[in-house]
Amino acid sequence: MIEARSVTKQFGTFVALDDVSVEVPAGSLTALLGPSGSGKSTLLRIIAGLEQPDAGRVLIDGHDITSRPPQKRGVGFVFQHYAAFKHMTVWKNVAFGLEIRRRPRSEIKDRVTQLLELVQLGGLADRYPAQLSGGQRQRMALARALAVEPNVLLLDEPFGALDARVRKELRAWLRRLHDEVHVTTIFVTHDQEEAMDLADQIVVMSHGRIEQTGGARELYDNPANEFVMTFVGEVNQMGRSFVRPHDVEFGEGDEALVERVVHLGFEVRVELRLANGEELWAQVTREEAERLELVEGARVRVRPRHAKVFG
Amino acid sequence: MLSRYGLRFAALSYLTLLLVLPVAMVFRRAFENGVGAAWDAVTTPEAKHAFLITIVIALIAVPANTIFGIACAIAIVRHRFPGKGVVNAIVDLPLALSPIVVGLSFLLLFGTGGWFAGVPFEVLFALPAMVLATIFVSLPFVVREVVPVLREIGTEQEQAASTLGASSWQTFRRVTLPAIRWAVAYGVVLTTARALGEFGAVSVVSGRIVGKTDTLTLHVEERFQSFDYVGAYAASVVLALLAIATLVAMSVFKPKEGR
Repeated sequence: MIEARSVTKQFGTFVALDDVSVEVPAGSLTALLGPSGSGKSTLLRIIAGLEQPDAGRVLIDGHDITSRPPQKRGVGFVFQHYAAFKHMTVWKNVAFGLEIRRRPRSEIKDRVTQLLELVQLGGLADRYPAQLSGGQRQRMALARALAVEPNVLLLDEPFGALDARVRKELRAWLRRLHDEVHVTTIFVTHDQEEAMDLADQIVVMSHGRIEQTGGARELYDNPANEFVMTFVGEVNQMGRSFVRPHDVEFGEGDEALVERVVHLGFEVRVELRLANGEELWAQVTREEAERLELVEGARVRVRPRHAKVFG
Repeated sequence: MLSRYGLRFAALSYLTLLLVLPVAMVFRRAFENGVGAAWDAVTTPEAKHAFLITIVIALIAVPANTIFGIACAIAIVRHRFPGKGVVNAIVDLPLALSPIVVGLSFLLLFGTGGWFAGVPFEVLFALPAMVLATIFVSLPFVVREVVPVLREIGTEQEQAASTLGASSWQTFRRVTLPAIRWAVAYGVVLTTARALGEFGAVSVVSGRIVGKTDTLTLHVEERFQSFDYVGAYAASVVLALLAIATLVAMSVFKPKEGR
């Protein structure tokens, strides 16, 4: 288990982390989710020992490691921009941590071979990082981090620099990898879909504070506050209440004008304007859209099926 | 079209007139009494001794400035300390300061009544002062070559190495040094060229004792003043050949630029 207790960090006058406490269960896959500047990367770097907190403590499996240097924390770290050792081959990159630990040559050979198979780079051992694609480089960086058998795997926006398709592939692949290796993993992301897809537990952060911690379903259905409601999933605002687009019900309620109807395959997106000038959009199935005769210029009545109001 | 050729012609004539022609003249004059005479002129005991002194100075000054230069560049780029801006500016001082001023300042420091006048061994008019002066004038090159490269490679690779268990020395040797090696090599070449060619500062602090504190550059001037033109030009050829060797090394170490 990884614990951060009352961690505070300032950069000059900017408060990156403000009295943050979080617990990450052993063997879990946890996401730190938040917009840029929310402190999620800083928290990850403090757990790794790459930054020192101004106050507070970090514990791994009950041991206080706050003053331990990164070398002695048993963490694997994966950077957004790979941080590949450019002058070393893929093989040498992955072997780095083992060579530092002076492991026997035969052990290094077996372990690197096995890891390169695991990250599907078996045939590219002699390449240099510059000769790899972004996705391949990130898989190499992951193998390099896993080579030293870390207690904790930390990933800082690991897919942030990759294009959408590769990102989805790697996401599924990381989930499978975690199921195989079971190392306690924390990853930082600003992409709520990525967090919901991958993580057992999501820690939502903003402005150096934790807004809510929970599973994807819990955050979506029972957001603790306005920030979580608007950051996790799509949302409309009607007066002071918040409504998910799929919770907009047609037939009764306030009068609205259909301004635009967008067909996105199975899903239809209906953009509406209420009599008081407020805009909102509804997510309906194709069948519903046909049944309700939702076309541009139609006059309809809408009301929220569920709505949330925060203090 | 015409203007492009015009530009090339102008650039080439400029280079020929100012660089190639004078050096070619030195070669011509050195060998005007035959190769034998030139060879005899550069194998006199004084000439050989001057050559030796030049090499010895370079062998001390270049490694010293390489080690200091790398350390200084890392301090400037990777560390925060009070007065960092001043250090960064002072490193360039030897480029701005005339070597003769450097020489005179050493005279003041180590001469009678100077702060370091009490040093128990001979500094002025001996090898130590000549080495110090050479180190001073050739100090900025490694720092200036390494600083931008260190900035460009950033700290992520070093941080990755530390999370993988590497100590700061291991990180330096296995990650940082290989990443800056071309910059270091290029800096070393420039430092060597400067150390071999230094005249002004060394001239002041050496006392110019023939056969004792003469470097190759000082020897050239001494021969010239004694109306031994073949001797002066032949020693110049040795300097020019060293410079050409340095240039070749430079082009070998500079493969990345422009490709």
